[in-house]
Amino acid sequence: MAQYDSKPRSFQEIILRLQTYWAEKGCAMMQPYDMEVGAGTFHPATTLRSLGSKPWAAAYVQPSRRPTDGRYGENPNRLQHYYQYQVLIKPSPPHLQELYLGSLAAIGIDMDLHDIRFVEDDWESPTLGAWGLGWEVWCDGMEVSQFTYFQQVGGHDCHPVSGELTYGLERLAMYVLGVDHVMDMPFNDPQSPTALSYGDVFKQTEQEYSRWNFDVANTDVLLKHFEEAEAECETILAQEHVDPKTGKRIIMAHPAYDQCIKASHVFNLLDARGVISVTERQAYIGRVRALAKQCADAFVLTEAGGYAA
Amino acid sequence: MPDLLIELFSEEIPARMQTRAADDLKKRVTDGLVEAGLTYAAAQGFSTPRRLTLALDGLLAESPTVREERKGPKVGAPDKAIEGFLRGAGLTRDALEERETPKGNVYFALIEKPGRPAAELIAEVLENTIRNFPWQKSMRWGAGSLRWVRPLHSILCILSDESGHEVVPMDVDGIQASDTTEGHRFMGSGRFAVTGFEDYEAKLKRDHVILNATERAEHIWHDATNMAFALGLEVVEDKGLLAEVSGLVEWPVVLMGDIAEDFLGLPPEVLQTSMKEHQKFFSVRNPKTNRIEKFVTVANRETSDNGATILAGNQKVLFARLSDAKFFWENDIRVAEAGAEAWLESLNNVTFHNKLGTQGDRIARFTALARELAPVVGADADVIGQAARFAKADLSSEMVYEFPELQGLMGRYYATTASLSDKVAAAAEEHYSPLGPSDDVPSAPVSVAVALADKLDTLTGFWAIDEKPTGSKDPFALRRAALGVIRLVQENDLRLPLDRYFDMQLLRHEAHQGEAVRENELNSLLEEIAEHGVFGAAFKTVQEKIEDMPSSWLFGLEDKVPDTSRDLLSFFHDRLKVYLRDEGVRHDVIDACIAMPGNDDLNLLVKRARALETFLRTEDGENLLQGFKRANNIVSQAEEKDGVEYSFGADVKHAEDHTEKALFAVLDEQENAISSAIEAEDFAAAMGGMAALRAPIDAFFEAVQVNADNDITRRNRLNLLSRIRKICLGVADLARVEG
Repeated sequence: MAQYDSKPRSFQEIILRLQTYWAEKGCAMMQPYDMEVGAGTFHPATTLRSLGSKPWAAAYVQPSRRPTDGRYGENPNRLQHYYQYQVLIKPSPPHLQELYLGSLAAIGIDMDLHDIRFVEDDWESPTLGAWGLGWEVWCDGMEVSQFTYFQQVGGHDCHPVSGELTYGLERLAMYVLGVDHVMDMPFNDPQSPTALSYGDVFKQTEQEYSRWNFDVANTDVLLKHFEEAEAECETILAQEHVDPKTGKRIIMAHPAYDQCIKASHVFNLLDARGVISVTERQAYIGRVRALAKQCADAFVLTEAGGYAA
Repeated sequence: MPDLLIELFSEEIPARMQTRAADDLKKRVTDGLVEAGLTYAAAQGFSTPRRLTLALDGLLAESPTVREERKGPKVGAPDKAIEGFLRGAGLTRDALEERETPKGNVYFALIEKPGRPAAELIAEVLENTIRNFPWQKSMRWGAGSLRWVRPLHSILCILSDESGHEVVPMDVDGIQASDTTEGHRFMGSGRFAVTGFEDYEAKLKRDHVILNATERAEHIWHDATNMAFALGLEVVEDKGLLAEVSGLVEWPVVLMGDIAEDFLGLPPEVLQTSMKEHQKFFSVRNPKTNRIEKFVTVANRETSDNGATILAGNQKVLFARLSDAKFFWENDIRVAEAGAEAWLESLNNVTFHNKLGTQGDRIARFTALARELAPVVGADADVIGQAARFAKADLSSEMVYEFPELQGLMGRYYATTASLSDKVAAAAEEHYSPLGPSDDVPSAPVSVAVALADKLDTLTGFWAIDEKPTGSKDPFALRRAALGVIRLVQENDLRLPLDRYFDMQLLRHEAHQGEAVRENELNSLLEEIAEHGVFGAAFKTVQEKIEDMPSSWLFGLEDKVPDTSRDLLSFFHDRLKVYLRDEGVRHDVIDACIAMPGNDDLNLLVKRARALETFLRTEDGENLLQGFKRANNIVSQAEEKDGVEYSFGADVKHAEDHTEKALFAVLDEQENAISSAIEAEDFAAAMGGMAALRAPIDAFFEAVQVNADNDITRRNRLNLLSRIRKICLGVADLARVEG
């Protein structure tokens, strides 16, 4: 892989190299999910597509939001908005670990100088009703990826099993580029006429969202949004499978899933505002999980979910 | 006789599961082989992050032929019976043998099961082991249905002897056994074949894998301590961490790095915990300053730059982690300097248990109890109150949120920062103790009071809402809390009548549950209990004092609280039996003491039980017990027969035999001595008095027939025995002692 002999010079170059690498390995290059999510896993290209029997291979960047992690752009590693790189292959290929290590080499990590380790880390998403076994991958003691074999999603056993890789892009890039503060990281090529740092792109938005997330977001409105999204999700799924207008069998798993994800994100915002008590927390998580489960139930009845008429 | 080598090669097995898995592999395969008739000379199990290995020496080449003789139906029995017998034996009729027996001629079947070659049996046993392996958690992968802890890639299974080796033919879900394996993921040279265990172990080492986990651990510890020693430092010992790290590497390379100056001011426990939890680093201490100044990390490979890149990376991660810790610490110090009120305030919004209220409620409850324990531990109630109120403050701190295992310890630091007294600071840390049977028990009176109050409040709380431990389920660690109370009381030699404190605390819980609580009712009730110590009497007094109708809440408690309290006391007695059994006190001896009054005073109970146990181990004790039982039996039988109670009126003037007179004399002499020793809780003296009774009692039974013909003599003797019974039962309920 001659083109990778040089070290990447910017955040975007690392993303581009990952894109190139996984495209070469046969993944469909998807684009981000156009909803607010907490992690790349919530993209329907992962959650829904990991269900059912049909083979699947996709990779994409997913902007992710974690309102509680907002630090007004001051903390060297913590952001309320960040990027994850996500790969999902179903069924998991036998040499997924080697494929993954190849991607680290592609972004300029020299396997002969670094200490790469697979350290037990089982993954569970209470809101998705999903779990899997795998590792966090350490490079010289730093967690650079999550590696998971999905066992269950939305309460359904995964058959076949998908292999999921999640890279925390900022952290990984900071390590590869040798940067200590995320805001100092070159976003594009530092030699380019308009060299931009990560801070040039995101410092202000971190401040704006931190303030909004923590102090301004109207919790009454958010609570209403939650109820509405929940109701809409259930309404969508309660429709008859055959569309009365076209006469076709159209189960609206994806529109329902959008509403489930909306509820999930609103819950995260409410959590960041500190208006959810410990006991209520469990109840909210349970409500989102119930929606996720219904969406999964619906998806497996669709063609993409492996349904054969 | 051949040797067997098995290796199951997979993706990385969680470190904490490896040792157990190697043992399970060994046990399941050897059990299976032995059951199939294949015995072996020696077995060894090994594990690395990527493999489980089993080496068996001296295995039988085939299972022995088994001959079995089965007795069948009589000759001439109905065809159906004979056919059934033939089916069971797997034979035809001409293979049966007729034999004469005392009951006539009978068919016998001689069944011979020929031996089977080892390879066949191994394949069956190993496949069965793989498919039913007892992983705590296992998974599927790809499109297959096989389960393993992580994807299983290859199976090495060979039988070898002087003439060479052969692969045991087998296939598990498409994975075919072979004689090949791989070495280190990054430093190895690809797949290679092996001929037997020695070859396997040597080639692994060549390809940078140390097979034996103990050898890896020793290597790590040796290098780490040497490096530290060279700098005049010492590695903080941590066996759990060493075992874990040994399971994370196949080729350990020890590297030592610096902790940046900025962080050396953090409490050593914080440094240690952060490095261990997040990075699996060992801490390196300067014995002169007791500070943690360096760290040791264990890499899984050698590099051309001698680990420089790896160490730099690790140091950088540590810097970020410790920056977080320092951030938490500085924020916490600010709150603590302001008196920590903000933390106490926020605990009012944290649920402890949905039926038992917030952490704030809980603190208020056990603070009240802790103050009441002041006379028991001999400390100032106000200091105890202050300590109890502060004890849980650190649960709101950022550091404890990040590292829950630092609870208590951070409390101590923050109490000092908040300018609270040393006693209060110590209690913040020590009140959690003892956590386990080998944990130290606090001895500082303030710490003891808070520790007792915290545990008693938890126990009475979960009893009040009926969430007691059942079977193996004890989610709130209530058994541990009870054992903690037992040890606190024992090791500090405290007199703590549990019953009254149970009652008081149960009432506080009930008050929390009760819908319309009248605070003045609760308070007068608590005061009465404190004064009289008995719930029933106190309750009636309060009822009489309250002039208008007491609330329904108060009425309901009359039955509930004493029942719950009794049930909790018997839970304590069960825990106490476990505790004393470990020091060799028999359960029946404890039962004999539990049957005595004052059994809610654990210290008294234990003193009595220990003295009785010691006494019963002596010859005097053993014989006295027999003497008591004999006396008790005779009197009880006579009482039943005569329908009267022999309890009074033995008079020496009716004594006939000299042994009888001697018994009167010794009873007169010892009765008061024993009862005043019991009164003074000097159980050893009481047992001494009992020992003096033994010889006269034995002599009396030897010489005298109790059920004499003369009725006056008989009654006098029965009354005399009844005196013995009474004296003995004043010490303990000896009727409950076995033997």
